[in-house]
Amino acid sequence: MGAVTAATIPTTPPAADVAVHVRGVTKDFGSGGTTTRALRGVDLDVPYGELLMLVGPSGCGKTTLVSIIAGTLDPTEGDVVVLGEDLAAMPNGRKVRFRRDNVGFVFQAYNLLPALTAAENAAVPLIIAGWNRRRSVEAAADVLDQLGMGDRLDRLPSELSGGQQQRVAIARSLVHSPRLLICDEPTSALDAENGRITMDLIREVAVQPGRAVIVVTHDARVYSYADRIASMEDGRIEAVVAATRSAAAGAG
Amino acid sequence: MLWIAWKMLVGNRVKYLGIVFGVVFAALLIAQQASIFCGLMSLTINQIRDVEGPGIWGMDKGVQYVDDIKPLADTELFRVKGVPGVEWAVRFYKGIARARLEEGTYEQMILLGLDDATLVGAPRQLFMGSIADLRKPDAVIIDDAGYRRIWPDEPFRIGRTFEMNDRRAVVVGLAKAGRTFTSFPIVYTRYSQAVLFAPPERRVLSFVLAEAAPGVAPEEVCRRIEERTGLQAVTRTQFLWKTIIYYMRKTGIPINFGITVLLGFFVGTAIAGQTFYLFTVENIRQYGALKAMGASNWTILTMVLAQGLQVGLVGYGVGVGLAAVFGWWVRGASRLAFFMPWEVLAITGAAVFVIVLVASLVSIRKVLVVEPAIVFRG
Ligand SMILES: Nc1ncnc2c1ncn2[C@@H]1O[C@H](COP(=O)(O)OP(=O)(O)OP(=O)(O)O)[C@@H](O)[C@H]1O
Ligand SMILES: [Mg+2]
Repeated sequence: MGAVTAATIPTTPPAADVAVHVRGVTKDFGSGGTTTRALRGVDLDVPYGELLMLVGPSGCGKTTLVSIIAGTLDPTEGDVVVLGEDLAAMPNGRKVRFRRDNVGFVFQAYNLLPALTAAENAAVPLIIAGWNRRRSVEAAADVLDQLGMGDRLDRLPSELSGGQQQRVAIARSLVHSPRLLICDEPTSALDAENGRITMDLIREVAVQPGRAVIVVTHDARVYSYADRIASMEDGRIEAVVAATRSAAAGAG
Repeated sequence: MLWIAWKMLVGNRVKYLGIVFGVVFAALLIAQQASIFCGLMSLTINQIRDVEGPGIWGMDKGVQYVDDIKPLADTELFRVKGVPGVEWAVRFYKGIARARLEEGTYEQMILLGLDDATLVGAPRQLFMGSIADLRKPDAVIIDDAGYRRIWPDEPFRIGRTFEMNDRRAVVVGLAKAGRTFTSFPIVYTRYSQAVLFAPPERRVLSFVLAEAAPGVAPEEVCRRIEERTGLQAVTRTQFLWKTIIYYMRKTGIPINFGITVLLGFFVGTAIAGQTFYLFTVENIRQYGALKAMGASNWTILTMVLAQGLQVGLVGYGVGVGLAAVFGWWVRGASRLAFFMPWEVLAITGAAVFVIVLVASLVSIRKVLVVEPAIVFRG
């Protein structure tokens, strides 16, 4: 993928190979005199098959932007077309189903259910989609196996290390084969070693031809896993550059 | 999803036990107090229930409940007998007598005088002796609980004597009788004998017991008796309710029990609701994550309601079970009246349902408004 700066993207309908198409998005929090403008006109395209990293100082709006792209937050203004669907115009109920069917999440805080085993946690998206318990846990076990967690299927999150918990979270984010994967600070709670393992897995398992991956990160150590890096500052995307992916990182 | 809700709930052992405790507390208190209330109420009507056979009770216009004796002239019996639709009618004496025991001590007793010819109102179950023995001179039958009360720790023995109104009474039988409010011993004797045992009064007839002729409704016969004699006449069932209603109206009993029941209800709701709310708040990020991953509000709603229902069922079972164990335990001691009809179980169930519904609703608002975006915050 070549580097494309935000400034050069024209306001035209999204091309067919674009998974995420964001134009002129603003987001205000609060009401009345105390509004915070978290996003000040964001333009961004993410093609299929790409891992885009979103970087920038704390408070610049990274989480806000991916929340809007994932359909968990409504923009104040602007166009958001994800996987060909116009999220800005989508009613809430459909947005819920859109997320269920198309989006995988990896959160900084893992957000695993403490009472469920690793396999059960990874199965949650399938259960939400209406699969029965046995089939979805079996499918989740397969994914966990691929991530090297096959021997810890019945462990509770409290019995797993942070890196292992994040691997369960990655399994959960991929178990239903979503076409968009959103990862917010997936490595910031992990040490260097586990951060590297996590990014290897995301790179290796999640980056697929029909799928786009957006990773929000502060962590300069993992920049090398990106295809492109979008730098944010104060609610805007300042630049989008092609990453110089090292051979080691790319190989996983 | 419901099994996930279940695992979330049970997995948080401390909160789970807290919520269940609230429900158990309420269910136990409500079921136990309501059962004691029903027990007390049944004590008030046991004297009516023990008189089997006659469907109609005739009495003074002013009588409000079974222990409210306003004696009639003996001639009222014949007036009742003359009312069309009355198949038969007999006298029934009920009063309090003071008995002087062999040891010289005094005891209050409930004295029942049965029609000499028919012995209508005689006890149904005898442990010793026979009803026919009542026809012997000075004969009385006493209930077993009464016997134990006046002669504690002594074996049952026929032939024991005591005095009432300076006349000798000889125990010829031992009967089973429903417990009464006062728990005085109950002494059965012939009417003609009862009049002699009773404190001297000008009028002695307490009730006229009657039966409607076949094909005539008892209510209709009651109406005719009232019309023709100026007495008050009610069916057995009406008299039961009249007595219960009197006690409910004129005593503080329902209020006292009502306060305790309400206390159990509110305290239980507070404990269960509060803990459930804390449980939900503790899990709010998990709910947010489920929502982000595409669980609908409806799904989340059913999860929370299912959790409420689960603690409701467990709490109800344990609470009512404990109440039943309590009842069984005090029954052995026979100190306290305890009666748990299905209505008590139904009322307790309804109260528990309201409690868990309130508890869930408090939490539901919280989970419905939570933004799925919450999960992105670190
Ligand atoms: N729910 C909210 N209500 C009010 N203000 C918010 C809310 N969420 C974010 N903000 C504000 O919007 C701005 C952007 O926040 P955002 O979380 O997107 O930043 P971020 O780039 O993800 O920061 P970090 O690197 O610390 O996670 C911040 O000023 C933040 O305080
Ligand atoms: Mg953030």
